[in-house]
Amino acid sequence: MQIDRRLIAHFDWTLLALALLFASIGIATIYSANYNIAEAHAGGLPSRQLIWLGLGIIAMLTAVAFDYHYIDRLAYPFYAAMLLLLVLVLFVGHSGGGSQRWLNLGFFRLQPSEPAKIAIVLMLAKYFQNTEPPNGFRLRDLWVPFMMVAPLVILTLVQPDLGTAIILGIVFLSMILMGGLRTRSFLCLVGAGLAFLPIGWHFLKPYQRARILTFLDPDRDPLGAGYHVIQSKIAVGSGGLFGKGYLGGTQNRLDFLPAQHTDFIFAVFSEEWGLVGCLILLVLYFALMVYSLRLIERVKDRFGGLLIFGMVAIFFWHVVINIAMVVGVMPVVGVPLPMVSYGGSSLASMMFALGVMINVSMRRYTF
Amino acid sequence: MALLTDITRQDGAPELRRRTRVLYLVLILVFGALAARLFFLQVIDGERYTFLSENNRVRIKRIPGTRGMVVDRGGQLMVDSRPSFDLLFVAEDAEEPEQTLRQLARHLKRDEKELLATLEENKKRPAFEEIVVGKDVDWATVVAVETHQLDLPGVTLRARPRRSYADGQIGAHVLGYLGEIGPKQLKTLKEQGYATGDEFGQYGLEKTWEYFLRGQSGGQQVEVDALGRRVRVLHEVTDVPGYTVHLTLDRELQETAFQALKGKEGTIVALDVNTGDILAMVSTPAFDPNVFARGIKSEEWQGLIKDRLRPLSNRAIQGQYPPGSTFKVLVAIAGLEEGVLQPESRISDPGYYYFGNRQFRDWKKGGHGSVDLHRAIVESCDVYFYQAGQRIGVDRIAKWARAFGLGEKSGAVLDDEKGGIIPDSEWKRKRFRQPWYPGETLSVAIGQGYVTTTPLQLVNMMAALANGGTLYRPRMVKKIESADSGTVREYGPEKIRTIHLKPTTVERLHKALADVVKGAGGTGGAARSSVVDIAGKTGTAQVVEMKGAYLKSEQLSYFNRDHAWFVSYAPAQNPRIAVVVLVEHGGHGGEAAAPMAKKVIEKYVQLQAQPPEQRQARIQGDTRAD
Repeated sequence: MQIDRRLIAHFDWTLLALALLFASIGIATIYSANYNIAEAHAGGLPSRQLIWLGLGIIAMLTAVAFDYHYIDRLAYPFYAAMLLLLVLVLFVGHSGGGSQRWLNLGFFRLQPSEPAKIAIVLMLAKYFQNTEPPNGFRLRDLWVPFMMVAPLVILTLVQPDLGTAIILGIVFLSMILMGGLRTRSFLCLVGAGLAFLPIGWHFLKPYQRARILTFLDPDRDPLGAGYHVIQSKIAVGSGGLFGKGYLGGTQNRLDFLPAQHTDFIFAVFSEEWGLVGCLILLVLYFALMVYSLRLIERVKDRFGGLLIFGMVAIFFWHVVINIAMVVGVMPVVGVPLPMVSYGGSSLASMMFALGVMINVSMRRYTF
Repeated sequence: MALLTDITRQDGAPELRRRTRVLYLVLILVFGALAARLFFLQVIDGERYTFLSENNRVRIKRIPGTRGMVVDRGGQLMVDSRPSFDLLFVAEDAEEPEQTLRQLARHLKRDEKELLATLEENKKRPAFEEIVVGKDVDWATVVAVETHQLDLPGVTLRARPRRSYADGQIGAHVLGYLGEIGPKQLKTLKEQGYATGDEFGQYGLEKTWEYFLRGQSGGQQVEVDALGRRVRVLHEVTDVPGYTVHLTLDRELQETAFQALKGKEGTIVALDVNTGDILAMVSTPAFDPNVFARGIKSEEWQGLIKDRLRPLSNRAIQGQYPPGSTFKVLVAIAGLEEGVLQPESRISDPGYYYFGNRQFRDWKKGGHGSVDLHRAIVESCDVYFYQAGQRIGVDRIAKWARAFGLGEKSGAVLDDEKGGIIPDSEWKRKRFRQPWYPGETLSVAIGQGYVTTTPLQLVNMMAALANGGTLYRPRMVKKIESADSGTVREYGPEKIRTIHLKPTTVERLHKALADVVKGAGGTGGAARSSVVDIAGKTGTAQVVEMKGAYLKSEQLSYFNRDHAWFVSYAPAQNPRIAVVVLVEHGGHGGEAAAPMAKKVIEKYVQLQAQPPEQRQARIQGDTRAD
């Protein structure tokens, strides 16, 4: 493939810069989360995250390398591959912390439910790329995407990984709304969802129910999940306006925080950087999303616009659910803070997502 | 090429643009809300959280659920939990931990070095974690610590229920004991809600009925001050006590059995022949489960597991012994049922029997003379049963033995039950890859050779014979009861199988077994009671094969002496209780074991005569006297 000079000229440096900025904040915070004062080091996780970032950059460049219209052809094979990997997880997956979510690749444990989020976006962007009906889609027009997304969500739920399953579902919902779902159909869908809640409740694991009940009634399990939430809130709240300074967090140091370098990394960050740091991080995420939404307005085809929107949706829901959980306004569900939390599969998938966005961005001039 | 086709899709995104505008609004609202929440936590409530975090003031105090009680068939308490206190120390709360411990040693008049050593042992653990410096401390210590609280920053007391076994050694093997969960066990038990430091049934009923006994732990999320003292309880979960387990055991009968065996190694089991209820089960030597409750010391544990007399083994279900002459009961049943034995036909016993080129001796020098089946059982004539066994054959003996539950675990809900061995030709082929030699049948016929049984199996066989052929599963637990919702589970009698016996067979054996005790020349005369007619069979199980002389037990070294058996039921005419006694290295069954069975049966009759209400009243009187 010949590299067009214009493409390099139009490369989206803003998105790349934001990506590297988030990743740096992430590695620094992972370092702090694992820092041991007595031994003055933080173990191997920060450098491993650096390796995952390298992998992420490769994923991003892969996503940038070819014209995004080829995704049209790759979307379904990619989806099929993810489905296959999730089925493999079910049978030969690696277990950790009570759930079976990973495939052991020797040097790396892949969590297929992470790239599955991307697969949903690619697949639906392809499905909705043609002009929508005048009054929007009705539910019965959408049975194909429903049938395709359902197995991904169910396979993730049985791992069990409620957080990721929720993200998959909510990204799907966002995509069909953007793709042009009728308002009335949307309301029907929400109603049906509410009606199915009690059935869904039945399928939840006891610890997942406990988390939700704990959120609704903090007094319920003050010694377990309720304890985590209060420790997380103490961490965030004690950060105050300016924070305790880098490596200065005490909640984290004393092992009071659960999953401190993964799902609760925002608690570590806010304890050390305070409200000022938190607002800066929020503004950075906000900037990324606003910038990307502006791209949608400038992209010339539906396909490109839907691709960008899908990726933004992934970012948006992760950030909102994760932070809301850490500050105690949502039940504890395991969702990472994108680009910041420790985890190779998540980081590489997010970098790939940003790569797709850069791809669309730099090729919007090619017509 | 793809690019060309895409031109048609150009400008296909006006709806997307329209929707995007709504999205800006969503973004602003959501991010605004998150920022507001952060502002609230970090600025408005910031001071409070800073305070909590600086002093690391939220602690969890776990309160393990009080374990359920164990009561006997009449509701008498056998196992209970009593309140006790552990002495805890949180190094972080003391400005100078060593100084505080020295103070503590002075107040408690304890060895300073010993206390400081506990600090050293726990050096690797985080300073905010509590370490146990005293387990089950006495009342004086509790008072001393409370009084000098101000001198002792970081020292706290933790109330904790401790197991109390009312009768000490008497029920040890049945009731079992608890132990602290080890790190390995914790891995698997964590999901069931156990935590470090929790106790867990390690043996006996405490282990097999752990699920119902354990209760649910509660706890408090507590805000503490800089000295580790409780300021306020933020949240609380109340603990739920475990269920009460109602046993089929009779505590008084259990005690009689234990006293009868005291000083010997052996076991006594008593069954209700009409239900399979285990009325008593003791094994000696025993151990005191209360030692485990207060925390067993390493030397004590080593002493128990290295003891040659194996005090931790429940001989009633884990001991596998040759049944000796008690097995003749079964051989007689097999012979009669298979139609091989003519009960009236007599044989002549000169004191030995030649089979092949080998001489098989009778236990009685000179033999029993002319004997029929009745007399062969009453006098336990070996030569009669050598011939009977030879005619019945080992495979048919094994068939009937298995019908009566020998050679298989009874399935009583007790841990580590053993099955014993009932050999037949197929068993021998599989086990040794050898054919069965007819001479071996002769040993089997008198309960020697490969045959081994547990005492529980033998007594269950006797119970089935006593009730005319119903084999029940021995039952230890009657009912599980919760304090607030009443009966949770109930376990009724469970039939393993009905053994179809000819009425004449049952009648003949009942007669013969009664004459073992009360007839002339009967081997069980020592069990004769003035209170009740007892039927039974003696047995003497050889530990080493004796060649040559007829030695008396006393002439053999202790561990080579024979085991003494007595299997019995009573009343002989209308059986209600079956009792087995095994005395290890006790010599002859008639002398060592039969009197013990008599004691237990007489006690049973005495207890039956008392109406339950009267017994209850007397027991309460007893407790008050304590």
